[in-house]
Amino acid sequence: MTLVVLAFYMFAISTLLGGLMTVISRNPVHSVLWLILAFLSAAGLFVLLGAEFVAMLLIIVYVGAVAVLFLFVVMMLDVDFAELKAEMARYMPLALLIGVVVLMQLGIAIGAWEVAETAEAARGAVTPEDVTNTAALGLLLYDKYFLLFQLSGLILLVAMIGAILLTLRHRKDIKRQNVLQQMWRDPAEAMENIDVKPGQGL
Amino acid sequence: MLQADLNIIAPEIILSVYAMLALIFAVYTKKDALAGLLIWTTAALFTGLAIWIGMSGSGENIAFDGMFVDDGFARFAKVVILLSAAAILLMGKDYMERRNMARFEYPLLVALSVVGMMVMVSAGDLMSLYMGLELQSLALYVVASMRRDSIKSTEAGLKYFVLGALSSGILLYGASLVYGYAGTTGFAGIVMAAGNGQVSLGMLFGLVFVISGLAFKVSAVPFHMWTPDVYEGAPSPITAFFATAPKVAAMGLFARVLFDAFGGVIGDWQQIIALLSVLSMFLGAIAAIGQTDIKRLMAYSSIAHMGFALMGLAAGTAFGVQALLIYMTIYVTMNIGTFAFIISMEKDGRPVTDIKSLSMLSKREPGKALAMLILLFSLAGVPPLVGFFGKFYVLRAAYDAGLAWLAIAGVIASVIGAFYYLRIVFYIYFGEETDALDKGKSPILWGFLMASAVIMLVGVVNLFGIETIAANAAATLVN
Repeated sequence: MTLVVLAFYMFAISTLLGGLMTVISRNPVHSVLWLILAFLSAAGLFVLLGAEFVAMLLIIVYVGAVAVLFLFVVMMLDVDFAELKAEMARYMPLALLIGVVVLMQLGIAIGAWEVAETAEAARGAVTPEDVTNTAALGLLLYDKYFLLFQLSGLILLVAMIGAILLTLRHRKDIKRQNVLQQMWRDPAEAMENIDVKPGQGL
Repeated sequence: MLQADLNIIAPEIILSVYAMLALIFAVYTKKDALAGLLIWTTAALFTGLAIWIGMSGSGENIAFDGMFVDDGFARFAKVVILLSAAAILLMGKDYMERRNMARFEYPLLVALSVVGMMVMVSAGDLMSLYMGLELQSLALYVVASMRRDSIKSTEAGLKYFVLGALSSGILLYGASLVYGYAGTTGFAGIVMAAGNGQVSLGMLFGLVFVISGLAFKVSAVPFHMWTPDVYEGAPSPITAFFATAPKVAAMGLFARVLFDAFGGVIGDWQQIIALLSVLSMFLGAIAAIGQTDIKRLMAYSSIAHMGFALMGLAAGTAFGVQALLIYMTIYVTMNIGTFAFIISMEKDGRPVTDIKSLSMLSKREPGKALAMLILLFSLAGVPPLVGFFGKFYVLRAAYDAGLAWLAIAGVIASVIGAFYYLRIVFYIYFGEETDALDKGKSPILWGFLMASAVIMLVGVVNLFGIETIAANAAATLVN
């Protein structure tokens, strides 16, 4: 039991530390690395909750794909982060004030947290019983939450159309490869034998 | 089980399948050359679906375990959304084609965003609410920045996207707090958990965050900052779209969340909505005075109008929701007419949006000037016109609910707001002679402008019977 509690605190602290350092570290590449730490620790928290599948997804998708993509973007884009930070610093006092106020309010709300009497039953009602949690996710995703699943598909479709619409440009002045044309060329019309006389050009 | 659920969402399925098939068809054939045709077919499909939804459905149908609710309220909102989207598509066709912006994706993105709006007004669960909202917004971000070579248009799209993402984050955070308290994201479960009128502080925080997120989508003060820039930067037909269908959808969603999920704790949200309403009405009325660009002016005008619509919501009664529905329908009708005029404003083939360019329009085109006069008076809420009845309904709803101070504030804001509408009328009839605008050639724009103006006059008789339809629709939401 104590091991679980210890692990929880370790993961919780490193999640928070990772999140904090992501925001405040000076070098953007370090920020991304700290973000990866935050993802990994969050995955650890999911394992402690018994949600192994989500934990592995977090590592595969977020650490494996998203964070690496971030890293590429951060390294390839020429963004002057120092200038951005200077701009940010102007608004820092106001932002800090608002942040502290909201934090204290949330502290009050979460400190006195209570749940409705029906909440416990409602939360348990959706979970299918006697299956592993991967199977449970499948049951929920493709059956109970069918509508949401399809709607997410539509949202991704819109994102794809948007990306193409806003970035794709058909340039007229470049040569394109036409595979069929290449294949249908035969030596007879592609080549020509010319007898060049000595001392003369073409 | 699934079959019955699918039957209930049949209009949404038809529209999304149409969008996907048309997309593939256009990609593999003539691409952008098909844009005009696709605009026509999409508008026709919208109209067909609107007629079908308006005629067929009855009673309350619940699909997917309460995630999707098809009731009178949803059907009313869907008909308004579909018809206004169809009108805007047709109005913008000529404009887009002449300016080389008629990409075939445009009508399809509008269709997909309309699917999102239909899901929004039918949402019965915080998750389907979010899905509908994102589907709608994402398509709107793209069309806002569609004119990608113009700095203003891309800036509009980017601003809209960044602030929209922020508001979605706020909304999601609120939803997670509500879930934390209620243990469920279904509206039916939330209303049970909050049923006894006593909610915990955490739930209240969740409610406030959700309201903030939604207030952003209807551009209520203090979440309105994006509106003028986006309205100004986006191409005119797209601005017209922003000002109509998405506003109806967001208002419908607002009403649905507040009554379906938080109907038991009206006292807790009433004052928040009343505050948003007062701030929006006054800021919209005062900030519009200094504007010289008619699209920016319409942005502030829409902020003020959203304030009035929220007043109906703040009443927290069935009559308030009826007033909201009537108000939104009238608002959309007026805006279609006004934007038909704005889209037709051009000089030497280039769009102009400066108010001063309207000077002495009455001499050159008396018919259009008169229609515009009627629409502007109606927008201001001058008594004999239909726009007045919209305001009258929300004011009465607020007064009946014991919010007399809100109704009085509304009257004052309305008087202040009348000033800038009258200023445009002044330019049209008494301004100084300047370079003439081109004479509008598009019969579609002329038709919509005139139809909208005539509706503002003739509708006075009985509001086309919309009163009882809205009352029935409101009764299905509030019970």
